[in-house]
Amino acid sequence: MGKRRGLEVSVGAAEAVAMADVDVIAAYPITPQTHIVEHLAELVNNGELDAEFVPVESEHSALSVCIGASAAGARTFTCTSAQGLALMNEIVYIASSMRLPIVMILANRSLSAPLSIWNDHSDAMSVRDTGWIQVFAQNGQEVFDHIFFAYRVGEDPKVSLPVMIHVDGFIVTHVIEPVEFWEKEQVERYLPPFKPISRLDPERPVTMGAFAMPQLFTETKVAQDMATTQSMEVILSAWEEIYKITSRRYRPVEAYRTEGAETIFVVQGSFGETLSVAVDELRAKGEPVGLVMPRLWRPFPFELFRSAVKGAKNLIVIDRAISFGGQGGPLAIELRSSLFGLPAPPRVINFICGLASRDVTVEDFKNIYERAVDGSKAPVFQEDFQFYGVRS
Amino acid sequence: MKTKKPTPYNQLSKEEFFLSGHRACQGCAEALAVRLVQKAAGRDTIVACATGCMEIVSSPFPFTSWNLPWIHVAFENTAAVASGVEAGLKALMRKGKLPQRDIKVIAMAGDGGTSDIGLQALSGALERGHNLTYVCYDNEAYMNTGIQRSSATPFGASTTTSPAGKKVPGQITWKKNMPEIAVAHQIPYVATACPSYPIDLIQKVQKAISKPGPAYIHILSVCPTGWRIPSNLAIKVGRLAVRTGIFPLYEVEDGIYRITQKTSKLLPVKEYLTIQGRFRHLTEELISQIQERVNQEYELLLKKVAMTQGEKKEE
Amino acid sequence: MKGTKELLTWKEIIPGNVILNPGNAREYRTGDWRSQRPVWDFERCIMCGMCYAFCPDAAIFEREDGYYEADYYYCKGCGICAEECPKKAISMVEE
Ligand SMILES: Cc1ncc(C[n+]2csc(CCOP(=O)(O)OP(=O)(O)O)c2C)c(N)n1
Ligand code: SF4
Ligand code: SF4
Ligand code: SF4
Ligand SMILES: [Mg+2]
Repeated sequence: MGKRRGLEVSVGAAEAVAMADVDVIAAYPITPQTHIVEHLAELVNNGELDAEFVPVESEHSALSVCIGASAAGARTFTCTSAQGLALMNEIVYIASSMRLPIVMILANRSLSAPLSIWNDHSDAMSVRDTGWIQVFAQNGQEVFDHIFFAYRVGEDPKVSLPVMIHVDGFIVTHVIEPVEFWEKEQVERYLPPFKPISRLDPERPVTMGAFAMPQLFTETKVAQDMATTQSMEVILSAWEEIYKITSRRYRPVEAYRTEGAETIFVVQGSFGETLSVAVDELRAKGEPVGLVMPRLWRPFPFELFRSAVKGAKNLIVIDRAISFGGQGGPLAIELRSSLFGLPAPPRVINFICGLASRDVTVEDFKNIYERAVDGSKAPVFQEDFQFYGVRS
Repeated sequence: MKTKKPTPYNQLSKEEFFLSGHRACQGCAEALAVRLVQKAAGRDTIVACATGCMEIVSSPFPFTSWNLPWIHVAFENTAAVASGVEAGLKALMRKGKLPQRDIKVIAMAGDGGTSDIGLQALSGALERGHNLTYVCYDNEAYMNTGIQRSSATPFGASTTTSPAGKKVPGQITWKKNMPEIAVAHQIPYVATACPSYPIDLIQKVQKAISKPGPAYIHILSVCPTGWRIPSNLAIKVGRLAVRTGIFPLYEVEDGIYRITQKTSKLLPVKEYLTIQGRFRHLTEELISQIQERVNQEYELLLKKVAMTQGEKKEE
Repeated sequence: MKGTKELLTWKEIIPGNVILNPGNAREYRTGDWRSQRPVWDFERCIMCGMCYAFCPDAAIFEREDGYYEADYYYCKGCGICAEECPKKAISMVEE
């Protein structure tokens, strides 16, 4: 294994992108994504990374540049947050439909208005159905490892899809953490050179991005959906290989102390670390509580999720985004539907909190737990969800 | 037996890259312009195309009229997609992942995709200095969606969103001067062209692609459907646009202006306007307003020519 | 790739809906759109090639003897060639 280095997670992410021998980087600055791009620009301008850094005039163009470069056969990288993602939204769909294995870090941030640079998952949830493979990384090491993972999975000819790595803005991107680097040879062995299925090449002219009439459109979408679902196999083996190299085990659904748990917290992203402390403390008091973290968001590991929460009576789903006028947060909605039809499904109790980085402490999670399991307060849960920690 | 005398037309390359079987309307001079541009650019070319008529007529999946590597992504981002293709090839060749080869990158979009929704991406690409040629096929409206006005629609033209009404006589704004916007980016080459002058057009494309850095070519592309003219007149109408001074053919090479199709005396704009259905409603007064504007703009162009060519001599 | 009539199944679609056969739209017979056809009078023709240069459909080809003619599989009958021929060697006749 390579050296362990203490550095800002954004810098570590950029270093991993450089180690992945990226060819084209196109990005537009937005807090809290900036440090990643700035470091890449520095590497390129210092001659430490041989890549084209395209300082585009918008996020829409950032992803468009990546599409053009990827179609030409280049390994590409972009990253953005919230407003930037919203601006590039049109192209986010197209990148996956054209099956181009672009890698993006989304430094998760609240969507305006009101404008907020702080962290939650409203941007992440806005792209749920865009056809990208999506994973949540909780800390610097996970971000670092998942850069190689993303290229390996996305570029696999059986997959050929773009991959988005969700990283909590500031909470993760801006902290200094020890990150264990990979050796150059390890990266090379793990990540073969990008060999696109089709490439823009005058020697063998292809047409990309043709329009489809209704009698073919659905077929194109089914082909895309099948590729997304079937990417699971490649994803699992890519994680298995990381385990062999680093001894770090990544799973589609991470479970923590769920043995015999009657109540299980479900959360995505960096809140998992705080929650695991809360779970430890509750367990110490004899509470049968555990924690489940769906790391893989698309394709969603339905079966694995169901078995991870099997036997639980209550699921406390922590959402960091809202579906206005809907049945709570997007994560809860997804999970509730995945449990529907099971013989004895757990009760789903949905709390929306931590919007725009509002602090949710270990104590808060213990409060949430009490509220959720305390039978006397049960009527509260006739509602689909509630906001936690809001002044009334 | 007659003997064949060589002419610029019968000496054209026989290779076609935008092939027969495309679904453009009868007499579409935009399709002709595309055919000529690609003929001029040759085989070692990659094309990035915006949404619009030319994309729709050439790519009904799983069929294509393109005999070149071709990519369509969206309406407003062609300049960015082409930038990406160029950057990708550059990186791959520099890093030895692809063999060194001179591949031309051409971006193509309509007037809407260029002077309206795609202007930002285009400005970015020109400013960053990518080695690509951007071709705007200007048929003076959003034709693909049904003849809606764009900022390139000329004053007085009736379109579906600037209809000639009892109160408002069609489009009441003057055509955006896109070539000048390109010139303002101080790129090595900007030109206007029209397929009614195929040899001039081909020479400009060849100049554009041979220059390192960005080039911009603005092609007036007569659209019989949207302009409401008989299909056989598409070439003639383009010629009249040039000969009336409404659409002068010129190039700006490293900042120096040159008119490439000189006319000793401009024809009256009326000759151009009255044969088109989209201008049928224009009154004499409006026509003379247009004439005045065309005179002014042509004068200004001559001044730019004189000024910049003067500079050239002083060097 | 299948012909125009048969439709692809999802399994036959190449990832990203890429089309591998350059110019396969040549199957499409745009000549069906025509209501008039251009007819050449080779007596008048000077083989200048202008009709060839101006055809938006690349439907005019050069014959071995140097004259030009339309490929009626594609010719849409727009009449540009007839209009632009400097020798008036092409006339449009009703189909
Ligand atoms: C973001 C977006 N807005 C609107 C459209 C609808 N649209 C498709 S093509 C087009 C007009 C194209 O006009 P132009 O660029 O002038 O090309 P033309 O069809 O005239 O050749 C429009 C409005 C779209 N595809 N994408
Ligand atoms: S609408 Fe106009 S530009 Fe579009 S294909 Fe028809 S003639 Fe050509
Ligand atoms: S334009 Fe007329 S003269 Fe010239 S080659 Fe064609 S038919 Fe002959
Ligand atoms: S009529 Fe039009 S389509 Fe037919 S050959 Fe002449 S120019 Fe081409
Ligand atoms: Mg147009």
